[in-house]
Amino acid sequence: MADRSLAPDTPELRERWGGFAFTEANKAHADKVIARYPDGRQKSAVMPLLDLAQRQVGAETDTQGWLPLPVIEYVAAYLDVPVIRVLEVATFYFMYNLRPVGKYHVQVCGTTPCMLRGSDAIMEACKARGMKKGAVSEDGLWTLTEVECMGSCATAPMVQINDGNYEDLTPERLDAVLDALAAGKDPKEGTQEPGRHTSEPSGGPTTLKEMVSENHDYRSQW
Amino acid sequence: MPKVTVDGQEIEVPNGATVLQACELAGKEIPRFCYHERLSIAGNCRMCLVEVKPGPPKPQASCALPATDGQEIRTDTDMVKTAREGVMEFLLINHPLDCPICDQGGECDLQDQSMMYGRGATRYEENKRAVTEKYMGPLIKTIMTRCIHCTRCVRFSEEIAGVDEIGAIYRGEDMQITTYLEQAASHELSANVIDLCPVGALTSRPYAFEARPWELKKTWSIDVSDAVGANIRLDSRGREVMRALPRINDAVNEEWLSDKGRYQVDGLSRRRLDKVYIRKDGKLVPAEWNEAFAAIAAANPKGSIAAVAGDLVDCETMFAAKALLGALGSDHLEGRQTGLDYDCSNLAAVNFNSTFEGIENADAILIVGSQVRWEAALVNVRLRKAAKRGAKIFVVGPQWDTTYPATFLGEDAAVLHDLPQAITEAFSKAERPAVIVGGGGLAKGALHPALAFAEQFNLVREGWNGFNVLHMAASRMGGLMLGYAQKGGIGNIAKAKPNVLISLGADELDYGAFADSLKVYIGHHGDAGAHAADIILPGASYAEKDGTYVNTEGRVQFAEKAVFAPGDAREDWTILRAMADALDVSVGFDSFAELQSAMIAAVPALGEEGLADFGQLPNADASIRASGAISYPIADFYMTNVVARASATMQRCSSELLHHDDLKEAAE
Ligand code: SF4
Ligand code: FES
Ligand code: FES
Repeated sequence: MADRSLAPDTPELRERWGGFAFTEANKAHADKVIARYPDGRQKSAVMPLLDLAQRQVGAETDTQGWLPLPVIEYVAAYLDVPVIRVLEVATFYFMYNLRPVGKYHVQVCGTTPCMLRGSDAIMEACKARGMKKGAVSEDGLWTLTEVECMGSCATAPMVQINDGNYEDLTPERLDAVLDALAAGKDPKEGTQEPGRHTSEPSGGPTTLKEMVSENHDYRSQW
Repeated sequence: MPKVTVDGQEIEVPNGATVLQACELAGKEIPRFCYHERLSIAGNCRMCLVEVKPGPPKPQASCALPATDGQEIRTDTDMVKTAREGVMEFLLINHPLDCPICDQGGECDLQDQSMMYGRGATRYEENKRAVTEKYMGPLIKTIMTRCIHCTRCVRFSEEIAGVDEIGAIYRGEDMQITTYLEQAASHELSANVIDLCPVGALTSRPYAFEARPWELKKTWSIDVSDAVGANIRLDSRGREVMRALPRINDAVNEEWLSDKGRYQVDGLSRRRLDKVYIRKDGKLVPAEWNEAFAAIAAANPKGSIAAVAGDLVDCETMFAAKALLGALGSDHLEGRQTGLDYDCSNLAAVNFNSTFEGIENADAILIVGSQVRWEAALVNVRLRKAAKRGAKIFVVGPQWDTTYPATFLGEDAAVLHDLPQAITEAFSKAERPAVIVGGGGLAKGALHPALAFAEQFNLVREGWNGFNVLHMAASRMGGLMLGYAQKGGIGNIAKAKPNVLISLGADELDYGAFADSLKVYIGHHGDAGAHAADIILPGASYAEKDGTYVNTEGRVQFAEKAVFAPGDAREDWTILRAMADALDVSVGFDSFAELQSAMIAAVPALGEEGLADFGQLPNADASIRASGAISYPIADFYMTNVVARASATMQRCSSELLHHDDLKEAAE
């Protein structure tokens, strides 16, 4: 598991983020989210709001975004929840970054299925490009994190980069994705294996074959 | 009511009981860490595993499983034992085995339960987890590596104290208990988490490395830091009180204690008066008892003597002084040092009639002039429970942080004569309405208007008395029962210009009003009273004498002597008895037992532990109007009495938590 710890509470941090407030658009969105919950249960909106705040920080810093303490405090105040309760949530879920990250947050899955399908090589490929675990690369583009299963085992190995999953990777395919991102392009998400659509069996279906092109009634065969 | 069998024994359990409670009813002990009767159920330690049929064929956490009809529960099978041993082994994986240097040693749940379920040696060969210490303020010392993540501390501060400040951050093995940015836990009940913590992760900072539990003498006592009368246990070694812990009494303090009651005890050995002093040429000089008594006799006290009781004295002391004054032909007795002169002709009108347990069930509460958190922290816990059950709470007086939703109606006490609609609505609908008048309200004449309010909304009805006065001094109700209340209050006594003024530890009194009297201070701490005194006779504190106390509910409770008073100090009643001899009068008792029986003969209610019966509420006197802006008498929660003011711990709390001085953390 990745080491996680809060960014220290320094005067610089306070100065940079002390004045954080949702933009008009985000405020409208936040209020819409809050309105989904019954009266008196507004604090249930804490997770979407933290996500929103992280994205706004990301937009302001041209990164994936993270949650500085003053921003966490802002969300707590916005929901009128004790800040420790919000901090608990923010530190619990890995999707909230507690430290600044790069423009692309490369999260490599290292759990058993991915590991068996070659995640070690994926990790190496990332490192070979100058990424270091838990740190922002010098060009500010990349942050590398090793994570546990992302639920994409059928297309292992995989990485998650910001909001997209890139699956069925080899070091070369990964490089292609990263190159495209670095060049400001928008590489195709999902499986990178030619001919594969999503997580269907690679090499074509092995069951329900008649269903591939058109609907087929199997009931007579039961 | 479901019927279950526990280890073959059939029992009936109350509706809503858990399997754990069912087992306890059957007399089985279930090991546990996270479960606590007074907190919500977390079910995260897994120590309480039992076998339950019907159900999945695996052990189940009994604390979180409702008992249902026909369950077969087994607590004694091999599966249960092995399962618990497994849990214990996991808990010990990351627990440092530092019991020899741990203050919890000897009273540690983990230690005790590992005697039963622990393995002799560890099989764990990896590195143990280590967690950095978290600063939680001057009272709580943390050694977070010992934490087993039961979250009792988190649940206490959220649910009971109502101050969300402790939380669990990160997750899994990395989970850490902390306050936000390691700010000090700063509410009046913070130290209760020390008792709750089943291991040595949260221990007492002032008491760190002071003593082992088995070398302490345990004495049952009563807390005098407020008028709640929390039941406490004083742990002493030799002549020193090492610590105060709450005792369980559901009717009074449940199992909590305010930080002041718990930590003022180190003040018992500082600034003590341990010699007789007489003022000569403006200076207090040490003297002998005889000299002091002779000086008092020379002041001609016959018929011109008054006694003022301080906030901490017991009924016996007050009765002894009353007997002495009676023998000298005076009844100038007063306990309300700060000049309050509310009507005490009927004690039911100055009592907390709903009782603490009862007020939890109130559904509309009007608080008139009381900052309850500071004046009676444990009553605020009850009010919070009432609020959680849906009670509407209104407060007259300056704003304070209530820890529950409350409507403030402004500072002016006159609002009692012109009730806002919200109140009339809430109270006319309420089934168990209550009013609580605090010291701030009494000072603005709110007593009779509150009685009128009680009449208007029928606060006294079948099985319910909603009229309450919340006092702040441990001696108040006892004093009122013994007649320590003059019409006109202390001002009246000052007007009488007594030749001799006996001050029974009265430190909040304005001695300037008694410039011409010989001021005799019988007390235990060198504080305001001793500074103003002409003669100081060293007395005993609450830890150093047996005594009866009556709390603000009118609950008579008895405290025992834990240690001896220092130096020449004597138990107060013996001083008064000796003074009677020196003044050549007879008070009618020669021993503590005789004193007590004389007192009980005079006020029978003091002879019976439990609630005194003060009868019916009087009729309100409609001509008395409440008016003026209410202010709360307590300016600093940690500094309200002589013991607390002498206590280094309380001083630290005051400056760090209330005045936010950065204390010499480094100098420690
Ligand atoms: S500090 Fe103590 S009470 Fe709090 S979670 Fe840890 S073990 Fe439990
Ligand atoms: S193991 Fe990598 S996605 Fe499941
Ligand atoms: S006591 Fe049941 S799980 Fe902790």
